[in-house]
Amino acid sequence: MSNALHSIDCDVHPTVPDMKALLPYLDDFWRETVEERGINSLETVTYPPNAPLTARPEWRGKNGRAAMAASELTAQVCDRWQAGLAILNCLYGVGLLFSEDMAAAFTRALNDWVAKEWLDRDPRLRASIVIPTQNTEYAVDEIERCAKDRRFVQILVLAMQETPLGRRHLWPIYAAAERHGLPLGIHAGSTYRHSMTSLGWPSYYIEDYAAHTQAFQSQVASLVCEGVFAKFPGLKVVLLESGVTWLPGFLWRFSKFWRGVRSEVPWVDRSPAEIVRDHFRLTIQPFDAPADPDQVERAIDHLRSDAILLYASDFPHWQFDGDETVPAGIPAALRRKILVDNPLATYDRLKNP
Amino acid sequence: MNMEVRQPERGAKARVGIFDCDIHPKSSLEDLRPYLSNRWWDYLQTYGQRQRHGYVKGFPYPKSQPLASRRDSWPPDGGLPASNLDFMREQHLDLYGIEWGVMNPLSPTGQGEQNDELSAAMAFASNEDQLERWNRREPRLKASVVIPYENSELAVKEIRKRAGDRRFAHVLFLSRTSELLGKRRYWPIFEAAVEAGLPIGVHVFGSSGRPMSNTGWPSFYIEEITEHSASLAASVASLIVEGVFERYPELKIVLIEAGFAWIPSLGWRLDQNWKRMKDEVPHLRKAPSEYLREHFWVSTQPMEEAEEPDHVIDVMEWIGWDKILFASDYPHWDFDDPFLALPPSLSEERRNKIYSGNAKALYRFD
Amino acid sequence: MAKHVVAAVGEIPPGTRKLAQVNGRAIVVFNLGGEFFALNNRCPHRGGSLFHGRQTGLVESDGPGNYCYSRQGEIIRCPWHGWEFDVRTGQSWCDPTRVRARSYAVAVEAGTKLVAGPYVAETVPVTVEGDYVVVEA
Repeated sequence: MSNALHSIDCDVHPTVPDMKALLPYLDDFWRETVEERGINSLETVTYPPNAPLTARPEWRGKNGRAAMAASELTAQVCDRWQAGLAILNCLYGVGLLFSEDMAAAFTRALNDWVAKEWLDRDPRLRASIVIPTQNTEYAVDEIERCAKDRRFVQILVLAMQETPLGRRHLWPIYAAAERHGLPLGIHAGSTYRHSMTSLGWPSYYIEDYAAHTQAFQSQVASLVCEGVFAKFPGLKVVLLESGVTWLPGFLWRFSKFWRGVRSEVPWVDRSPAEIVRDHFRLTIQPFDAPADPDQVERAIDHLRSDAILLYASDFPHWQFDGDETVPAGIPAALRRKILVDNPLATYDRLKNP
Repeated sequence: MNMEVRQPERGAKARVGIFDCDIHPKSSLEDLRPYLSNRWWDYLQTYGQRQRHGYVKGFPYPKSQPLASRRDSWPPDGGLPASNLDFMREQHLDLYGIEWGVMNPLSPTGQGEQNDELSAAMAFASNEDQLERWNRREPRLKASVVIPYENSELAVKEIRKRAGDRRFAHVLFLSRTSELLGKRRYWPIFEAAVEAGLPIGVHVFGSSGRPMSNTGWPSFYIEEITEHSASLAASVASLIVEGVFERYPELKIVLIEAGFAWIPSLGWRLDQNWKRMKDEVPHLRKAPSEYLREHFWVSTQPMEEAEEPDHVIDVMEWIGWDKILFASDYPHWDFDDPFLALPPSLSEERRNKIYSGNAKALYRFD
Repeated sequence: MAKHVVAAVGEIPPGTRKLAQVNGRAIVVFNLGGEFFALNNRCPHRGGSLFHGRQTGLVESDGPGNYCYSRQGEIIRCPWHGWEFDVRTGQSWCDPTRVRARSYAVAVEAGTKLVAGPYVAETVPVTVEGDYVVVEA
């Protein structure tokens, strides 16, 4: 199979038009609730609808939105950019709701909508199971429910949560993920339980967007320090839309401190840098790159792993211009790995549909 | 003591006097008493300090070693690490040939205290104490202007008191401020610092009163100390993007004890997004990475340790050899030995810049 | 390499340690329940004085949340960055194959044997009545 594939796009985003689109997938009570209470939209300010980053101008339809239908997405991602497979990560803001029951109901509807309106329309599409982290049991239920459909290849959570993701009360989720061979996908975004940065709310969206890398760092630290990989050695984690070049410097600091403070977390039995290289993968868009392509190659060297990067376009987010899906400066020898081999190695269900 | 081990090396390496941008002298509350009014002394005795983390003494992320200090830094007189000047001279200043050091007292200074007026009273006292008990006896130790940064009016008052006093090296913030540093509420402080010709030193720690990370509270001390670079990145982004450097082109910021490997990546990320979203920030006339390059300095400690040492050199090259300042963090456990901390392959020229040249240019002490 | 007398046995009771100068090197000598071990005092990380660190036990784990504490007193932690070294072997716990504190052979010799030579006793007077800790360095 891998010979036939040009690439696997590990991060693309379907747009939910509005809550009306989810009505067919809600039961009577929740359908009534949506209408009675006027719940029109769960779009979040993580991607303000008209902000440049949210979608390239030429991809926006008449209504100003992009990626409204499977055919629109596959035309760009699969036909033009030749991805043989693409993984949908739906970022609709069900994670921000406080009511656990509502969150679970809307999340179920969202996953069903993705299956029906997207996966059913094009055999090249795959998806992540959005889970309601508001309630661990509900999250596990949703994994069990959706895992039956093998077109779901990953679990999806947003990077900023109420607690760091390594915390033990979330472990039943990782047990379920490991059991089903599903990586945990952590995507840039927030449930808005805390301010965008640890020091408060930035004034500008540019700062908001930069803040996601801080959350990724805290999540990596938490998952490692709490011993998630000691307990679930089969679990893989994919960092989606993280920026990539923050990782080496972070690992240096984290590993340095571990060498001296190891006894606080003795189940972390080897350098965090090694654990991360074994268990984490990162998608390449955005690639927070130096302007000089020579420096890009050097920055990639700092990662010390050929296996860690996964191709992604992040469609329809505007991370690059033209058809430059892979940043200039990435060594040719790595391309095949990034485009195909590493994604196949990461997502068991892509190899074994 | 490490002194016995160090003596043979000292002769060889002490060619250039070292400028140490981060030393933590320890004074007690009793030491501050002469500079506190009865009202605040009594208040401290009765109600004490409340620093947004809940404990009277200690921290909810307990340190890995008592007072986060080197175990060999406790002076023979039974006092706390860095409380005894003679011992500090013996173990640090004289041993390494420290020509000039910046004191960044961490406690008791009242920084981050819930009560603004108490914070201001303690800041004043800490500054007087630095001058009287430390700098006067040991002129190599320069003071920092401790300020009650959560109240800019009171902070400005304290800076103005000290303006023109060349015994002060910079204005001191702790990194966990209750808001991002670029926010307008802090601008009067920057204005006063610039008027006084003083850089701002931002040293890690403090308590913002918010969760330790933007995804909630971690469990472990190791997570806390790793996280400093992330929160400082947020404040650096804030200072740049809010246009603080357009408003105050003379403002200089030293980032202390947050490491430095995260700096290039932050610049790249901000630049990438600024290129696309310039319309959001029309007040910025340059790329964010240019402001980063011009207005920020980093201290070396804790020195980055990469699996391949050359990678650290790459990062130092990307930051700029003129922006890196040596710091020891004496007496803390993650202390960097001046003779051993820098990558051994550095040229003499770069070594000298880091040890003293850059600090001399920034702090204007001749 | 030569044999150096660093102390009379009674000077380093079990559970204690002594800092000795041997051949221009600082060496720390430990007594673990009657057995003697010697390590180069200089931490291989950044040169901290191991003698001034904390002698503690081994912290291991069989799973997250479980702290298994054993071998009390057999680990020396550098007083600076806290790196842990096995007193018996000098191996670091964070990177046992690549980082170690150099260890030296230590023996207890009777004064009668030492008087016959060869040995170096820079600061320790030797009499035939005592037993002495001898480090080969």
